[in-house]
This record gives sequence, C-alpha cells and structure tokens, in this order.
Amino acid sequence: MLRIRNLDAGYGSLSVLRHISLHVKQGEIVTIIGANGAGKTTLLKTVSGLLRPKSGEVLFRDKDIASLPPERIVFEGCSLVPEGRQVFAAMPVRENLLLGGYVQFKRGRSSEVKADLERVYGLFPVLRQREHQLAGTLSGGEQQMLAIGRAIMSRPSLIMLDEPSMGLAPLVVKGIFEIIGKLRDEGATVLLVEQNARSALRIANRGYVLETGRIIKDGDAADLLTDREIQRAYLGKDLDAEN
Amino acid sequence: MYWQPDEERMDRKELEQLQLERLESTLNRVYLNVPFYRKKFDEAGFNPDDLRSLDDIRKLPFTVKDDLRDNYPYGLFAVPLREVVRVHASSGTTGLSTVVGYTKNDIKTWSNLVARILTATGVTADDVVQIAFNYGLFTGAFGLHYGAERVGASVIPMSAGNTKRQIKLMQDFKTTALVSTPSYAMLIADTMIEMGINRNALSLKFGLFGAEPWSDAMRRELQDKLKIIATDNYGLSEVMGPGVSGECRERSGLHINEDHFLVEVLDPETLKPVAPGEIGELVITTLTKEAFPMIRYRTRDLTRIIEEPCACGRTLRRMARIMGRTDDMLIIRGVNVFPQQIETVLFEIEGTEPHYQIIIDRKGAMDDATVLVEASEKIFFDEMKKQKELIDTIKKRMATELGISVEVKLVEKKSIERFEGKAKRVIDNRKL
Repeated sequence: MLRIRNLDAGYGSLSVLRHISLHVKQGEIVTIIGANGAGKTTLLKTVSGLLRPKSGEVLFRDKDIASLPPERIVFEGCSLVPEGRQVFAAMPVRENLLLGGYVQFKRGRSSEVKADLERVYGLFPVLRQREHQLAGTLSGGEQQMLAIGRAIMSRPSLIMLDEPSMGLAPLVVKGIFEIIGKLRDEGATVLLVEQNARSALRIANRGYVLETGRIIKDGDAADLLTDREIQRAYLGKDLDAEN
Repeated sequence: MYWQPDEERMDRKELEQLQLERLESTLNRVYLNVPFYRKKFDEAGFNPDDLRSLDDIRKLPFTVKDDLRDNYPYGLFAVPLREVVRVHASSGTTGLSTVVGYTKNDIKTWSNLVARILTATGVTADDVVQIAFNYGLFTGAFGLHYGAERVGASVIPMSAGNTKRQIKLMQDFKTTALVSTPSYAMLIADTMIEMGINRNALSLKFGLFGAEPWSDAMRRELQDKLKIIATDNYGLSEVMGPGVSGECRERSGLHINEDHFLVEVLDPETLKPVAPGEIGELVITTLTKEAFPMIRYRTRDLTRIIEEPCACGRTLRRMARIMGRTDDMLIIRGVNVFPQQIETVLFEIEGTEPHYQIIIDRKGAMDDATVLVEASEKIFFDEMKKQKELIDTIKKRMATELGISVEVKLVEKKSIERFEGKAKRVIDNRKL
C-alpha cells in the first residue's frame, strides 16, 4: 500500500527525517512510536504532501506521490487525521463531514456521500446527535471522532492518524483506539503515529521506533511491547523498580 | 510445507523493501551502540545516513573473525548485558574463542528460523526429534532444540556420543528425526549395521545434518542406510547459529532466510561481487539481530547463489551447499581447526620442531587426524619412554587447544618435506 524509501525531509535547512524507509501493507495497522521531536509528525506531513521531501520516494499503491500536492494525495486515497484535530470550529458537525466527502464529488461519486455520512454516524453515534452543533463546541474526544469521521468521508485506502490520543482523558483515549481497531476490522489500512506507545502497540500489527529522525528498530508490535529497551524508553516502565 | 508462509514466499520487491528498512535500522543501531562499528564506519568515511540502497552495503567495511577475537568477550554487543539472555561461543577454538549473545527477541527469531528449516524438511508437531549435537557453548544443539520445540515436536536432548545408547533410544522413543553432523549420522548407521539392527526397526523419517561440509554421495548413503530424507542446513555462530539457510524437500540448495540475513557472494581476492551464480565467499549481514548484529561478516565459506526459483514455492533464494573454505581452516569432526593452532602448540613444547604435517582420513564415517611432528635430535635418539611421554604431552596440549583429539607420530628431524612459499601442511584424504 505505502512504501517509503530513503525519505529525507525537514524544514528549511533543518533536517528532521534522515533516510527513512518503511512500508504499510494492505489491512494492517502500523504504528510509529517515538519521543517528542523524533520526526513523527514531519513524516505524516511529508506523506500527505504538506511538506515536500528533500529526497527519497513515497510510493502509494506503486505510484510516487512525493511531488503531488496534498489535495491530489487525498484524491489518490491517502487521508490524514491531523494532530490537534483541526476541525472547522465555526462550522456544524455535518458540514465538517461533508467537506471530507468533497473528494468523492471530485471523483464523480457524489451519490455515495450520503451513505458514507450514515456510515460515519454509525461509527460515531454521538456525531449524529451533535449533527447541527458547531464543531468548536464539541468536547476534545468528540472533535477527534469528527476528525476521524471527516477522513473516512474521503473513502481513503490509507488513513494516517497523528497523535489521536493527544490531550484526551484516558477513557476517551480507550474509545478512540477501539474505533481504530474497528476501522482495521472493516478493512482499512492505518498508519498511526503516537506518543502513547503502549496503546498504539496494543492495536497495531507492526511498529517502527523513530529516534531523532532515524528508524532504529522495527518489528511485530507484540515483540516491541515486550522489548525491554522500548519498555524503558517509551512505555515508562521502571524496570529497576520491579526487581 | 512452510512455517512462516508469508515471509518464506514474500514477493521479491516487498522483501527488498523489508531488507532496506532492516538494514537501515541495524546500521543506525550499531553506529549508535557499538564503538567498534562507529570507528570502522568513520574510518571508511561511511555514515549510516548515506545508505540509499541495498547495494550501498558495499561501502561498508568487512568484519572478520579476528575482530570478534579482538573484542573478546563482549566488545561487539549492541545491547547492555542485562538485555542478553544467552551467551554462546564459537565451536572449535579454545582460549581466545569468539563470544556471541542473544536477547529474548533474538532467541525467538532464532527459534522461528530453525523452525522454518525443520518444517521445510517435513518435521511437524507429530515428530520426535533426537538432537545428537553436543549441548554446550556450541550453537548447533540449542538452535535446533528451540526450533524443534517451536514446531511443537517432542525433543530428545541426547547430545553426541554414546552411539549404542543413541540407537537404543531411537528404537525405544520412536525417534522420527535425527539431528547431528553427517559424519556422526554415518557412524550411527554403521553401528546399527554392526549391531545387526534392521533399519526398519526404527521409526526414523528425517535427518537434518549440518555443522560440517558433506557431499551428495554421503547424502545418498545416509538416506539409504537410515531410510530417511536427509537435508543440509547451514549457519554459523557469528551471525546466529543454525537457521541461516536450509534445504527444502527438493534438496537442491539451501534457502537463505533473506528477511533476516543479507548475503553477498564476493570474490575472496578482489572482494568484488562475483557474477550472478558464480562461486565466491559468502558474506553475511544480519538484519534483525539485536544483541549481536554483524555487518558484512566474511564467513570464508565458498558457495554460489542459485537465482532460479525453487519448485517448493519459496521465494527465498538458495545457496549451493558449501564447497569449501577460502582459507586453510580444517573442519575435523565438525570442529574448526587451524593449522596455526597446531603450530602454536609445537612452538610451546620443548623437544619438537615447528615442522609438522596433518593427515586427515575418514575411517568409516569419522574423521581421523594424525599430526606428524619432527622431534629435535637429542630427544629423538633418546629412550622410548621419553618419546612416549612427549607424544602424550603433545596429544594433551592438542586436545586442549583444538578441542578434538588427534593422533601424534614423531618423525625424524628434516623428514617432513620443506616448501618454498606456501607450505602444504595438510594432507586431506577425505573424499567428500
């Protein structure tokens, strides 16, 4: 589905990602874990076209999308749920969602938008209840659901989520991760960037560990969860205290 | 039959992507955690960030056995010892041996890769696997042991030796798969014949042989004498142990576990890649090892890559069975022996000259090594008792240094042929 080779990216003369290579296969949840500033968000911004890579390849379904503008990348079927939700606060929930469906209109599939909206409401019943409420009045968790719903409206083959648990209460986080698992069960492919490494590794199939712009480890999520180095660095386990 | 069908039959393009990803993270980790590699990379002017493709691996320096010895014991470990759950040492050499380590994950990977090889031969959870490798620092026994357990087979950790008992247990326990060196399997077969035991009295179906080079002629004989399917498998402790590659039922080359090992075949003289399919030295880079990653390890083993797809459906390429060693290292009874080690012993013993010759024969199925040693004049013409004492001393020292026992014969001074340039110290009469 997604294949990244030797990707270098950054801001101006600041290099953030150093020759990153990774891949996401159809139907998997792949997570990228790493500390603040490791380059996780930069990676998603680059894949989604918000940032131009300095070099390297981003192949989405065997097509190089590295030089495409963001709207083309969404059109190709690769949607981002950005960090901090970025919902349109002054617009009602329903309109936020319909905006996500705009790409379906461009694809000549406007007739499907209504069914898609129903599907999102099915996934997030609370959004139906708040249908006419302004997005800015929603709680953090609801806004996150809205952001995910908006991405789903574009009928992506790959959903990228940037820190969906950020700033949310633990119970709400649990709900969000359940939804992500549900999306996978329905056949979606997910690239998940998270600081909440434990929750991310629990639902993911595979994971990559990003450290100062380089991937230093990859493997099955279950193996990474039990990796002592990762436990110490990212899962907040005080191994000495256990002994 | 596959153990990990997705990996073993992976699309080549996907495999290359995976190899690139894993090579990158391996290089990042060794550069960060192993001063030896950082220094070597820096000297070669290589930064892990420079890696652009798998071919860029050629910019990296080689690692050789001496590097392992120089960093004895833990210098090349890439994780703190607390993460290491197992330590092995390479077979054969004593004293300055080479030490390797494994994390919990490494052991898991190792088990799975050996499980692939067992499964490729046909071993399943229904099998009873008798492991006749010596348990100890040597990786062979444990590697196969964990792989067989992973498959779910019943494992008999028998160790090598005590041949008659091996045969009795094989009968009593209804062993279906034998794991050993090919030469030991041959000894078992011959002993059975001597004991008058019909091969039909055994339940044996498979033989997984490795740890020393062996020929197809020997395979035919083993298959016939033991009525088994005999497969070859390859590995070396420096990169993991068994599990690097192994034959499937086609028995026409060993599938390399390329998702965990990146292999190159190089001309041992020029160190440039040989043309596809040509014979050269196997060089291995580990892609997933955590505790003990190896970058471009020169195995000194000669083989060639078989590019053609295999009928078994695996996309993992095959390597031909090991055709020999690039240097003069000898493998006697599965143990690595360097002629230099013999020289070292002789240098240290009073009454001998450092001139020697090693004659290796195969008596029955076992290797037999005799070392001819020149005695200094004064000892040689002395009484018999002193000669015998000297022989015993040499034998003892050799056994300690080499890890195997050899026969020693004293010969007159200057009776061993002298050579100009490269000496021919070894007369190998074995026909593999």
